Amino acid sequence: MSLQFSAKVHARDFAVEFEMADGETLAVLGPNGAGKSTLLALLAGLLTPDAGSAVLDGRTLFGGGRSVPAHRRGVSLLAQEPLLFPHLNVLDNVAFGPRSAGAGRHESREVARRWLEEVEGTELSGRKPGQVSGGQGQRVAVARALASDPGLLLLDEPMSALDAAVAPALRRTLRRVLESRNAIIVTHNVLDALMLADRVLVLEGGRAVELGATRDVLERPRSGFAAGLAGLNLVLGTADSDGLVTADGERVAAAAGDLLAPGSAAAAVFSPGAVSVFLARPVEGSPRNVFPVTISDVEPHGRVMSVRAGHLAAEVTMSSVAELELVPGKRVFFAVKSTEVRLYPR
Amino acid sequence: MSRRSGTAIPRWTFVLAVLGALFILLPLAAMVARVRWSEFGALITSDSSVDALQLSLQTSVTSTVLCVLFGVPMALVLARSRFPGQKVLRALVLLPLVLPPVVGGIALLYTFGRQGLLNSGLEVLGVEIAFSTTAVVLAQTFVALPFLVLSLEGALRSAGGRYEAVASTLGAGPTTVLRRVTLPLVMPGLLSGMVLSFARALGEFGATLTFAGSLQGVTRTLPLEIYLQRETDPDAAVALSLVLVAVAVFVVTLAHRVRDREDRP
Repeated sequence: MSLQFSAKVHARDFAVEFEMADGETLAVLGPNGAGKSTLLALLAGLLTPDAGSAVLDGRTLFGGGRSVPAHRRGVSLLAQEPLLFPHLNVLDNVAFGPRSAGAGRHESREVARRWLEEVEGTELSGRKPGQVSGGQGQRVAVARALASDPGLLLLDEPMSALDAAVAPALRRTLRRVLESRNAIIVTHNVLDALMLADRVLVLEGGRAVELGATRDVLERPRSGFAAGLAGLNLVLGTADSDGLVTADGERVAAAAGDLLAPGSAAAAVFSPGAVSVFLARPVEGSPRNVFPVTISDVEPHGRVMSVRAGHLAAEVTMSSVAELELVPGKRVFFAVKSTEVRLYPR
Repeated sequence: MSRRSGTAIPRWTFVLAVLGALFILLPLAAMVARVRWSEFGALITSDSSVDALQLSLQTSVTSTVLCVLFGVPMALVLARSRFPGQKVLRALVLLPLVLPPVVGGIALLYTFGRQGLLNSGLEVLGVEIAFSTTAVVLAQTFVALPFLVLSLEGALRSAGGRYEAVASTLGAGPTTVLRRVTLPLVMPGLLSGMVLSFARALGEFGATLTFAGSLQGVTRTLPLEIYLQRETDPDAAVALSLVLVAVAVFVVTLAHRVRDREDRP
């Protein structure tokens, strides 16, 4: 099953286009208000776009002035909360999809049992939704969504309302059931993208700013958001002989990564751990990049301190922070060796 | 019973609350005190009393069914859809709540009565509604319908549309969603709406008298019978009043039972 999607929603300044291949799982990442929920609502049939079309496996979901109602789309939605129907027990919740599709009571319960087993929730069958925990409930919701045999499964931050302790188990379950299934998962968590998705779509301000294989997007981010997720410093510009020049005219020398034709659009990344912080401009032999910056934030990041200055970050030890008196507002120099800077086309 | 500290309500509210409760309970007690128990059985089993009780129960049940039939779709439309003039429509539909019942009766008379708006149409059909049992049911439905609409609409709004959205993405069509998700979710609200409607129908007096008259066995419901007896036989009026209270209490209790069972996980 494949998906071709293109839609505009004027009121939300949303204009996104993308395609999905057969059996692919796509992670949708982006800051709050980027349009992730809008995307899901459009696909689920809960929102009608002003323009555009979506075709799932040859079937039109919307487009050409028509919009197929939600219940005839074969698109299931899994929300942040399980939203199990409180008046039905777990088994009948899972059986809801098959039952709505016209299967008999017995038959749909058989299907439900199979899916409950698949998510390791068999022992929950007879319970009412009020009697299961958040993690169990979300498991049941996964089974319920899959039992309706959707052509496309939408997951809206399915792990975000769960305790950190139960999220990994659900993530493993999802990894298993999403295998070779068409799914779109909205997430804030880079781990979800890495473990569950084949490709990543990054939305910012209602636009698709990046679309690519998960590993590629995280290793070679082309948007600030993806770079932030991957924990990398990103500089965009135009390639020159041994690095790139930013729009502001700043040169960044890069000794790692690809060789690019001068003049082509380029991106350079380097790890915050490779950045040194100086109070005065360093003068030394080894080729390095020096960025005069003003510190905007200093916060602990694991065992080290993350010193942020605009879109760049450096990781230094606690003692350096104390020694150099690194506080927000202070003007310092970030330096990174050109061998630590990786260049690639944008 | 344990009292939660920290969320204490001011002491003086208890005093006023008790006074308010007394205001409601004392008249009931006074009425019960006036019942002549020795004649109670005879008084409530007289022909006119039995006729009135039967008619009241029968018409109130019918009205409640009509309220559900029309009130559920009305509440759904008001709570789940948007259209221009919706607020005005809601206000108008709920008008019988604040309208004096006599006025309602007059309005009905000029709609379904012999000189009424729909008269020619009804005449063709050979139907005469005013001063018939049908008129009683119409009058009761007219005043009781807003109670059902109001309480169900509130329940629908507080339930929200999220479960319904999920149900539709699971492949359930609108009617299936209504039957298997929406209605079960708002069942407590629907039940209290039904109880309120039934109680209102049972107590209906003004609109019934105006629109349906007071004909024994045909349009003279229990409240009308009580009012009539009050003039001639106060003891019978008190006894019948007690019957009316008993029926009301019975229905409310029954509904609570059902609701509690529904609520249980």
